[in-house]
Amino acid sequence: MTPATRATPRGAGWRRRHQLVGLVYVIPTVAFVAVFFLTPLVLVARMSLSSWPLLSGDRGLNFPKNFVAIWNNQLFWPAVVFTIEYTVLVTILLIGLGLGTALLVQEVGRWVGALRTIFLLPVAVGLASASLLFWGFYSPSIGPISPILEAVGVIHQPISFLETSTSALLSTTFLIVWKFAGLYMLILLVGLQGIPDDVYEASALDGASRGQMFRYITLPLLRPSLAMALILCVTGSLLAFDQFYILTKGGPDNATVTVVQLIYREAFQRQNLGSAAAISVIVLLALLVLNAIQFRLLRDPERS
Amino acid sequence: MRLSNSAVGFAIGVAVAALTTLPVTAGAADQTFGVDDGTHITMWSRAATGDRADALVQAYNASHKNHIDVTFVPTDDYQTKVGAAAAANSLPDLFSADVVFMPNWTSAGLFQDLTARIAALPFAADIAQGAITASTWDGKKYGLPFVVDLSVWMYNKKLFKEAGLDPAKPPSSLTEFAADARAVAKLGGDIHGTFFGGDCGGCGVFTWWPIAWADGEKVMNPEGTESYLNSAEMKAIYAAFRGMVDDGTALMPDSKTETGPTWTGYFPKGKIGIMPMPASLQGMANAALADADIGVAAIAGVKGGTSTFIGGDAIGISRDSKVADAAWNFLAWLESDDAQINVVAKGGNVLSRPDLASNKYSAKDPRLVLFNSVAKNGQTPFAKNFGATFNDPQGPWLVLLRDAVFGDASKIDADNKAINASLNQ
Repeated sequence: MTPATRATPRGAGWRRRHQLVGLVYVIPTVAFVAVFFLTPLVLVARMSLSSWPLLSGDRGLNFPKNFVAIWNNQLFWPAVVFTIEYTVLVTILLIGLGLGTALLVQEVGRWVGALRTIFLLPVAVGLASASLLFWGFYSPSIGPISPILEAVGVIHQPISFLETSTSALLSTTFLIVWKFAGLYMLILLVGLQGIPDDVYEASALDGASRGQMFRYITLPLLRPSLAMALILCVTGSLLAFDQFYILTKGGPDNATVTVVQLIYREAFQRQNLGSAAAISVIVLLALLVLNAIQFRLLRDPERS
Repeated sequence: MRLSNSAVGFAIGVAVAALTTLPVTAGAADQTFGVDDGTHITMWSRAATGDRADALVQAYNASHKNHIDVTFVPTDDYQTKVGAAAAANSLPDLFSADVVFMPNWTSAGLFQDLTARIAALPFAADIAQGAITASTWDGKKYGLPFVVDLSVWMYNKKLFKEAGLDPAKPPSSLTEFAADARAVAKLGGDIHGTFFGGDCGGCGVFTWWPIAWADGEKVMNPEGTESYLNSAEMKAIYAAFRGMVDDGTALMPDSKTETGPTWTGYFPKGKIGIMPMPASLQGMANAALADADIGVAAIAGVKGGTSTFIGGDAIGISRDSKVADAAWNFLAWLESDDAQINVVAKGGNVLSRPDLASNKYSAKDPRLVLFNSVAKNGQTPFAKNFGATFNDPQGPWLVLLRDAVFGDASKIDADNKAINASLNQ
């Protein structure tokens, strides 16, 4: 069925008018991108090359001082290492649990609706509010968890959730898993439900086991959803800030300082927007490279 | 014991009698400064001193046509919020600052010059100079004292009694402090000798530096560019607290994990024998700790003497304010006899007008007399990079404090070098 318009001959005037109308249509998007994306990017780049104290503003170019300062910052490499450790830990847990819960709730059943809601509810809580909530839970001064467990007799000494670097990391990871597992469940659930049933039926006729189905049907067909979940999770974790800022303040003994906390500290504690911008530029470049690699690895081999 | 009790009682009686017979100066309450014409004034203050600040603002709003809309910002975010607002030229009309941050903000020009306005106040000479000195940059005065916060030792008289100590005789040196704490700790159970904010740089500054000052030692040079926090005196202080951590006298692991937000919440629960606290009785007594059991003493040195950290908040009019005259009306009222006696003294807090220290409220409570008298030996440290060096959770002072008390104490000298580098940044 060929549309009638396609048969109509068009003149050069029509084409110019058509292009003009198209231009008008994209102007809002272009303006949006320019104002909210390009301008801050240019500004950050400019700041990273300048001496720019928070309280007194631009004091002129000083390249490469801000970048050299990163190498002399004793907190930088520990922060990079910690951020990567945290990202690996959280990504494994979130994608694993997200996939597990998605498989659990994909069938229609009596309790499935309630389960889906329970897993998804924490997603509706803001990250800062959730962090504050858990800060209260973990606090030795006002936290209810230790006293309850002690009263029940499970433990005999109060648990110190944030005392050591390991416990601080695990306590924060628990909060993040609670908060975000539902989101990844949702993303993967949508992917799972996009896999046609007849593929499974065909494989069942061929005598495939459940394990084989998962390995050779579910995983490959879930690839786009997994890719999206992975990129979201890795990028989000590398930019972790609120949870550590509120729960641990980077402690104990600077053991849980993330890269973004370092940026925040440069900007607002040390009041140096220039060096904060320099770290931001480095992080931006690292994320670009990392996401490029992830896209390449996860690209559908048949489509490429 | 009976003798010493009655001796103290007699001394207090004499002091009260002496104070109450002093003539009460007639205040210039009817004089109006600035304008009071129903202007809406915006104001920011930090949450740590929120209850006292709020009492003042409420009293002003109730008695004036002007109206102050105050926003209390979480203490840890205050520096950030002011910094971001300053960069965006959107500071509120009035904002207060922890006095130690004032040099940083006055040097950056965030406040309007108040020198002439302050000089016109009839009681200008009577205002405590600590906060004004901290708010002075290049000879210009940018701020006035808002909430005065001193550090003192508070001890639980009930626990002192149970531990066989004399509740009328608080420690007069750090050595006695440790001995009393150990005695209380022996009560066992959920009772502990002492508690401190061991992951909180600001807490260390506020509660440990006065110990050194009481011994006549310095923690920094007057310009705030060289740190003496690795001195023999400071090492003795760290060692004393390390000892109380090691033998379980200090509540652990809370003392190690306290980052600041809840450090003042422990003493009112009635389970701690003695610990440093801000000098305020406002909201202190509750079911767990009767008012009569709250004992206060001046912070003493390792050897003796007394001192305190004269902290709290200074307040000024921001450079972005368009209603400076109305804002000044609040500041002038703030330092007046009316506000100081009927709001600050009534709330059981330290006055920013030492000349009013003897008033109808303080006469009833010797603790308030002590609050107002410890200030004369107190100090306010001055450094342009104070916040980034001493308050920042990733700053160099907290590293030194934790190495000295919980970690490798041999690193103190190296850690002090990092403090010097930060002070001179």
